[in-house]
Amino acid sequence: MQLLQLLISGVAQGCIYGLIALGFVLIYKATETVSFAQGDLMMVGAFSGLAAMTLLGFPFWIAVPSAIVAMGIFGVLLERLVIRPILGQPAFSIVMLTIGVGYVLRGLITMIPDVGTDTHTLPVPYAGEVLRLGGLVIAAEQMVVIGATVILCLGLFAMFKYSKLGVAMQAASQNQLAAYYMGIPVKQINGLVWGLAAAVAAVAGLLLAPITFVHANMGFIGLKAFPAAVVGGFGSLPGAIVGGLVIGIVESLSGFYLPEGFKDIAPFIVVLLMLVLKPNGLFGEQLRKKV
Amino acid sequence: MNADILLSAQDLSVRFGGVLAVNKVSFDVKRGEVFTLIGPNGAGKTTVFNLISRIYTPTTGVIDFAGPQGTLRLTDQPAHQIAGLGIARTFQNIELFEHATVLQNLLIGRHTHRKSGLWSEMFFTGKTRAGEIEAREKVEEVIDFLDLQHHRDSMVAGLPYGVRKVVELARALCTEPKLLLLDEPSSGLNVEETEDMAFWISDIKNELGITVLMVEHDMSLVSKVSDRVLAMSQGEEIATGTPSQVQSDPGVIEAYLGSVDDVSALRRENYVPGGAA
Amino acid sequence: MRFIFKTDYNQDVKLAKHGGHVFWYSLLGLVLVAAPWVVAEYWLAQLTFVLIYAVVGLGLMLLAGFTGLFSLGHAAFLGVGAYTQAVMVNAGVPFPLALVCAGLFSAIVGIIVGLPALRVKGIYLGMATLAFGFIVEEGMARWESVTGGNAGLMVGYPAIGGWTLDSTEEFYFLCLLVTVGATLAIVNLLRSSTGRAFVAIRDSEISAQSMGIHLARYKTLSFALSAALAGIGGALYAHKIQFLSPEQFSIIQSIDLLLMVVIGGLGSIHGAFLGAIFLIVMPQLISIGKDFLPAAIGGAAGLQGTVYGMVLIGFVLFEPMGLYGRWLKVRTWFQLFPFYRRGLFKRQKSFQKSDRLK
Repeated sequence: MQLLQLLISGVAQGCIYGLIALGFVLIYKATETVSFAQGDLMMVGAFSGLAAMTLLGFPFWIAVPSAIVAMGIFGVLLERLVIRPILGQPAFSIVMLTIGVGYVLRGLITMIPDVGTDTHTLPVPYAGEVLRLGGLVIAAEQMVVIGATVILCLGLFAMFKYSKLGVAMQAASQNQLAAYYMGIPVKQINGLVWGLAAAVAAVAGLLLAPITFVHANMGFIGLKAFPAAVVGGFGSLPGAIVGGLVIGIVESLSGFYLPEGFKDIAPFIVVLLMLVLKPNGLFGEQLRKKV
Repeated sequence: MNADILLSAQDLSVRFGGVLAVNKVSFDVKRGEVFTLIGPNGAGKTTVFNLISRIYTPTTGVIDFAGPQGTLRLTDQPAHQIAGLGIARTFQNIELFEHATVLQNLLIGRHTHRKSGLWSEMFFTGKTRAGEIEAREKVEEVIDFLDLQHHRDSMVAGLPYGVRKVVELARALCTEPKLLLLDEPSSGLNVEETEDMAFWISDIKNELGITVLMVEHDMSLVSKVSDRVLAMSQGEEIATGTPSQVQSDPGVIEAYLGSVDDVSALRRENYVPGGAA
Repeated sequence: MRFIFKTDYNQDVKLAKHGGHVFWYSLLGLVLVAAPWVVAEYWLAQLTFVLIYAVVGLGLMLLAGFTGLFSLGHAAFLGVGAYTQAVMVNAGVPFPLALVCAGLFSAIVGIIVGLPALRVKGIYLGMATLAFGFIVEEGMARWESVTGGNAGLMVGYPAIGGWTLDSTEEFYFLCLLVTVGATLAIVNLLRSSTGRAFVAIRDSEISAQSMGIHLARYKTLSFALSAALAGIGGALYAHKIQFLSPEQFSIIQSIDLLLMVVIGGLGSIHGAFLGAIFLIVMPQLISIGKDFLPAAIGGAAGLQGTVYGMVLIGFVLFEPMGLYGRWLKVRTWFQLFPFYRRGLFKRQKSFQKSDRLK
């Protein structure tokens, strides 16, 4: 019973990691760049949800979509202003750029007088409710996280498989020049991908906020999402979610069964094991330069 | 292995997933000759090169090399030892070190001949300095041979394609190989540059005494410089012999142009306007 | 406009390529040696920090800038060196021996961290080093019997023979000596075949291999050297701040180190020094600048992070060659005046083509 309880909280936490990792993988698949800004985008998403609900006074069902859309637009703008000019540069420069973006986002939020340095509660309608199933206690927040993740994944899967946009995104990610020749507006597509990744991050932030509260350092959870992406394999969307679940469950179990301190490093031990045993992740890609 | 054979590939096959890229290919390269692999695209020629440089491992078959250190089974050697054995190669799509000068690229070619270790390099002892000067002298010989003086200190990233191909060749020559693998040396070169390349390949064979194994599409270049030719198609060998023998072999013609029947359908006498032949 | 007329291969091999080099670097040397008598003690201490971070930066530059292996957890090596030095000196081991051991221990840890490098590339390597960084940091916090854990560890003064270096000036000269030694060692490596092998691995692994470069050996060597330098820098760092705690070696510190080499100029020795200067000077500039800003902005907690982020973004967007690159452009402008063309340093644009097969 205890085990089941741990598994459920692990799955819920894992869904959050998976969603952030999903953002990484979306951007990596599209532009082969790694974005270290996802965690901080998630944090900004949570804050924008907070602003929508408290500052603007929107009811929950309007605040959430508006925060997500706002973040999506922010992601597109971010790509346009900051990421697009450096496409074609070595991958490391782009990573450093996204680290810089993360710093700026975190700094700016912290600088907002009175709000930035405090911890806030996100007023959600299902706060505090629990479902009792047999001996299990499942918090409503956890169920919402799992449910929302499932819906989001199905939606993204459908988009990539069946819509023209999804196929175009995949083409642009594999060979930019050829995609240009085929009439695919690669730059706009990249912008959309970033917008999508930011929106996914916003969803993750809004789902996480009821559990961990809204504060400027929320984004550091993003660092644990990297192991999720590595475990799943950086080029695979389902891998990101699966990786997230693995990391979430490992973390949950090691917090209970292993001595103090292992909980925080368990995801990273998993990463190292993964890189030794199956370097390309569970669903990974083969990286081989053809000469 | 016969004393005049430098490289011998026997029953080479390599499978990638479900694709048999090379299927039981055997050939011998004699010392001092220019041996060319020809064939349509996808024939597996570069794959054979990659097998010799040990970028891939064959599924079956072996490659033997009679280098200065005796006859060795190449397929048992790790990739980074191939250069030390006396085999150098160029790459089809040019793999130069972009953020270094031409001179530095060529000096990297001298890596297998270095005599200094980590500590003597850190303190830059007299031995290291002497080694650097010696490497530079050898590299200058190659620069002189290929007329690269103008480009010594240029960053590779800014050089035109033709020059980069020559730098790639120069870098391979700097390793002082016994066997030189040239992957499509004339691809992307214009007529004058291809003629220069033909002269250089002949000079490499006659003046430097290096055996050349070449993949090439340009038939005039092949006829001009090659001693023997192996034609491949779909991973298999179809003919071996002198250039003229191979070029008139019916199997080779079929591989390039399609079967004899198809060719006759293209003849003007048989042309039926607006309909099937 | 300087034209060097070359008559001897030694001219390409030697370090100081022409008279100007000799003059300016000698002048720099004189200034650095004279600093304790000219400069106030506070600034001397800052200069010592610059030297320490430059040593670490040299290591990271070697690994990331010259070998192309990006280490996102480099602070771990800094920490290993610092704690090794602290523990040994506190146990009575003489300073020079402790310093060597710090470098050696860090090198060993570097080799272990480098093991994944032999199998994975790019972002995966970054993740592996990030993971190691977290694990080492947590290890330092948990291994309380040795490191004092989160409560911290006091460090004594360095002592050579019977002579204790407890003044700022003496410690400054010690750091200067170590920095000069480290720089010469790295510069020597880079002008010989090992350095060229590193650059080859960065630019094209496949063709490096076909030139006879043993990839595993050189990658491991790069990690070992880089970690050793970070360890030596860490040892000096321990003596400088005299109190160690694990959070000084967190991911934030690792990112600061990366910031340093990127802003300094990736792929150049000067970049390590310029980046170190930036890292030490920037907080001072922000403190000074705070007085000129309205209280709401100047007093805010997030100001430093925002400024760092914006500077980093600015450099990556507008000056990818870093501070050293900008210096090169300025110098070339003066040298070629009035014939300087913007196209001289134009970046090569490339279209992204995936190496993934799936």
